Amino acid sequence: MGLRSKDLLGLKQLTAEEIMEILDTAKMMKMVLTSGNKKTSHLQGKSVVTLFYENSTRTRLSFELASKYMGSASANITTSGSSVNKGESLLDTARTIDMMATDIIIMRHSQSGAPHYLAPRVKASIVNAGDGMNEHPTQALLDMFTLYEKYGHIDGLKVAICGDLYHSRVVRSNVIGLTKLGATVSVAGPRTMVPVGLDKMGCTVCKSVAEAVKDADAVMGLRVQLERQQKSLFPSVAEYSRFYSISEDILKLAKPGAYLLHPGPCNHGVELPTCVYDCDQSVINEQVTNGVAVRMAVLYLLMARRNQNEKN
Amino acid sequence: MKRIEIKNAKHYASGEKVTVYIENGVFTDSLSGDADEVIDAEGLTVFPGLVDMHCHLREPGFEYREDIKTGTKSAAKGGFTSVCCMPNTKPVCDNAAVVEGILRKAEQVGSCNVFPIGAASKGLEGKEISEMGLMKEAGIVAVSDDGKPIASANLLKKVLEYASDFDIPVLNHCEVMSLSEGAMNEGAISTALGLRGIPAIAEEIMISRDIQTAEYLDMPIHICHVSTRKGIEIIRQAKKRGVKVTCETCPHYFSLTEECCQTYDTNFKMNPPLRTEDDRLAVIEGLKDGTIDCIVTDHAPHHIDEKDLEFSLANNGIIGFETAFAVGYTYLVKTGSISLADMIKTMTTNPSNILKLGRGTMDKGMPADVMLADLNETFVYTKEEILSKAENSPYIGEELTGRVKLTIAGGSITYDELR
Repeated sequence: MGLRSKDLLGLKQLTAEEIMEILDTAKMMKMVLTSGNKKTSHLQGKSVVTLFYENSTRTRLSFELASKYMGSASANITTSGSSVNKGESLLDTARTIDMMATDIIIMRHSQSGAPHYLAPRVKASIVNAGDGMNEHPTQALLDMFTLYEKYGHIDGLKVAICGDLYHSRVVRSNVIGLTKLGATVSVAGPRTMVPVGLDKMGCTVCKSVAEAVKDADAVMGLRVQLERQQKSLFPSVAEYSRFYSISEDILKLAKPGAYLLHPGPCNHGVELPTCVYDCDQSVINEQVTNGVAVRMAVLYLLMARRNQNEKN
Repeated sequence: MKRIEIKNAKHYASGEKVTVYIENGVFTDSLSGDADEVIDAEGLTVFPGLVDMHCHLREPGFEYREDIKTGTKSAAKGGFTSVCCMPNTKPVCDNAAVVEGILRKAEQVGSCNVFPIGAASKGLEGKEISEMGLMKEAGIVAVSDDGKPIASANLLKKVLEYASDFDIPVLNHCEVMSLSEGAMNEGAISTALGLRGIPAIAEEIMISRDIQTAEYLDMPIHICHVSTRKGIEIIRQAKKRGVKVTCETCPHYFSLTEECCQTYDTNFKMNPPLRTEDDRLAVIEGLKDGTIDCIVTDHAPHHIDEKDLEFSLANNGIIGFETAFAVGYTYLVKTGSISLADMIKTMTTNPSNILKLGRGTMDKGMPADVMLADLNETFVYTKEEILSKAENSPYIGEELTGRVKLTIAGGSITYDELR
């Protein structure tokens, strides 16, 4: 079946079938990843460039390792140390990368829609590794993959997502993806951090974290994006952690054995305490491994589509 | 001066076949001799030249975006014979010297009448009232800090009071800046796109404040480019109470909605932002019942480097001269929402009366500002035909009906598609 688009811009653009295909492919990739020999030849003779305008540990490294495990030539550009610091525009930068016969550009940018803007302007496939407050599709895919592995299905699950909903691209991609696959999503956070009309994306906006978490199969904490706070949306970290964090007591409201997820990096003691981060229900560390598998799957499927196009 | 005869034209209001005579730059009942030019307007409709009370010609200072020559050419192509240009130039049009400079340039190279609007505050800084008396002597027709709303309620009061001494209309762009640090209308779509939103209340709160201030002082105020249902309702109620408030809207607010931003196309980014379908319908209702007095273009040319960008980083604004009439005809008249004559009022006599321009009619003795349009012509607006220096139009590729064919300003042909 494969992917319809040359780019992965967001889960908005994917069908349920495409998402399932990525998750199923990720299953195979995880077997490769956890085997003795991680090397495949899926991307042999191909090139992948990561272009990151924002900081990243997990996303960038997992994409880089994924592309290397699959045999591609890969390189990375960050804003410091590139001509971006000399004021080169996003378009010129991307065209420069494109003209070096790059097959896939993985980009992270602070502006929502930046990958959508570039996609029709370059020959390479664009993978959105996070754009402003819009989407972070591969994060949601790895979150869904983690639940898919645990439960064997997404359909019918109840997922709670708590924290800074306003600035979060993770919540947007997860709400879109999870609901496309038949899960129900409840969200909660300080009202100042709930964007207008979030419910129209298909989730239930709850008045409290407790209400959102109640009877959930999975609970996801979101990082309080202290670097994106332009003005105080909550009075203090102390008050935030008292009323909005996923405490041990709050987690007990979920179904027994419910899984705890967090996209990382985590502000310990803010969105959740360390004891919850490390508890038995936490799959935060597994998520990281799954992130590599999912990104291998995405690169594999996008390259398969490119190869198909070349043949045609 | 040339004698012109326009024959076989259909009058836009009466629908009758008329002959229009122009001599010495004014309308006459007949010509004193043979016409130097006879224009056969068979199949065309004749209108008074259009008046735009809100545009940006960018000169002086931003000639890379537009200048008076190209801007007025673009205006003439749209059927405009009089345009009022906002003062956010460089230097700011906040003194008589800049006003005189604009007028002189328009006289030399312009394709329509140019009426400058002066800054309401010095440097558009919102601190001290400008030299509006001296600017009026130089030729301004209004004051405004357009784009930079007058944030201080005290300054607005002072501006209204001082402007009243000189009978200068005050136009305010209503936007509470602390609420509007966004790139599009705030709502489900901005949330889904991950873009910061500009809530409708950012506009409505300041409309309320302005109206209450004008009411308290019993002085007139004109609200720029209204875009929301509640804002229009606030103005409607104020008019009922007898407040001397007038307002305007732009073609994009009755033809486009926030849905257009879905692809992050920056040609749909302007301020105020495109609102909801409900707001769009409210704008049409406001035009229907006369709450909204004028249709203006807010023609805002930007260089491609300022528009071909990530959505949040791109400048606000779109060009509008060349499409205003057709968009109005297509979305208001063709749909049966308002009559052609009522639409033309909002683009001629209403703005002319608010600013006391003495334009917008075809009465004998009036400056001969005329526009001929083919109301049966449906066309696709293309980038290639744009006469403005800028190309930031959301209507490129759009099918529109009602094409301007010829424009005459002050008895001179300024745009001609007939030959």
